Amino acid sequence: MEKPSTLREIITDWASDQPTFRMSWGKAMMWIFLLSDAFIFGSFLAAYAGARLAATGPWPAAEKVFALHIGHTEVPLLLIAIMTFVLISSSGTMALAVTYGYQKNRTKTGLFLMLTVLLGLTFVGMQVFEWTKLIHEGFRPWENPMGAPQFGASFFMLTGFHGMHVTAGVIYLLIVAIKALRGVYDRLGDYQNVEIAGLYWHFVDLVWVFIFAFFYLL
Amino acid sequence: MEKEHVSGEQHHPIRVYLVVWGALFILSALSYFLDYFDIHPLWLQRFLITAFALIKAALIANYFMHLRFERPALVYAIVLPLVLLVVLAIFTMGEGDYVAWVRQFFFGSK
Repeated sequence: MEKPSTLREIITDWASDQPTFRMSWGKAMMWIFLLSDAFIFGSFLAAYAGARLAATGPWPAAEKVFALHIGHTEVPLLLIAIMTFVLISSSGTMALAVTYGYQKNRTKTGLFLMLTVLLGLTFVGMQVFEWTKLIHEGFRPWENPMGAPQFGASFFMLTGFHGMHVTAGVIYLLIVAIKALRGVYDRLGDYQNVEIAGLYWHFVDLVWVFIFAFFYLL
Repeated sequence: MEKEHVSGEQHHPIRVYLVVWGALFILSALSYFLDYFDIHPLWLQRFLITAFALIKAALIANYFMHLRFERPALVYAIVLPLVLLVVLAIFTMGEGDYVAWVRQFFFGSK
C-alpha cells in the first residue's frame, strides 16, 4: 500500500471511532502533560520579556551577576555554562538509557539512568550554590543591588520553577532506575516506562535551552 | 500503513545520539562565545542566540524525544498549539514597551 499524504494520515487518525494516538496511554498522557508544561514555561518566559521591557531601571548584566572568580580573573557566566553542559550530558545519558531499554538490557539501562540521576543532582547542586551566592549578595525578588528590581522576580521564578522540575525529575528517574535494576521491566517484558521518563527529562533540558538563551545570554 | 510507523518500535543507532549530543555541545558553546566576546552588531548576536536555541530545541525534540519518528497526528497535536506561545510573547512584549513608556511619561523613572 502506498504511503498516504501527511494531511490524509492526520485526518484518518483523528477521525472515526479509534484511539487517535497509536501508543500506550502513558506515553500519550506524558506528551499532553509536557504540552501543558510548555505553556507554563512559555508564559513565564513571555512574562519575563514583558517585565524586562517594562523596566525603566538598567537591566543587570547577566555576565557580571553570574561571573565566577578563578584566581584573579573573572570568568563571565562560567557556572551557567557548566550547568548547561551538565544538563545536555544528562540528556545524552538518558537517550542511551532509553536505547538500552529498547534492547531490554537491564544493567546498562539502570546504569545510564543512575548516571542521569547523578548529573541531575549535580545540576541542582550548582543551582543551589548560585541561589545562595546571589541571596548573600542581596538579590531578592523585589530588589537587587545591580539595577532593575524586575530582574530578581524573573530570575527566581524562571530558575526556581525549572530547578523544581529537575528535582522532581531526579526523584522520578531514581524510581525508574531502581525498578529497572530490580528487573521489574524485565518481568513486564516492556521498558516503555524508561522511554516515558526520558520524555520528561529531555523536556526539562529543552526548557533550559530557552532559559539559558533568553535569560542568561540575551 | 507502514509497519515501522507505529510508535515506539524504532531502534536508533547510538551514533545518532552521539552526533546530536556533540551538536548540542557545539551550539551551546557558540552561543556562549557570542555573548562572551559580545559580537556586534547586537541584532545579529541576538538573532544567532535565538536561532541556535531553536535549532537545539528542534534537535532535542526530534532525536532525543523521537518526535520526528512519531505519527503526524501526535506531532501536529503537540507542535501546533505552541504557535500560541509566540503570539503571547509578541503581545506581552508590546505591552512591556507600552508600560515602560507610561512609566517614563508619568513618573519620570521607576
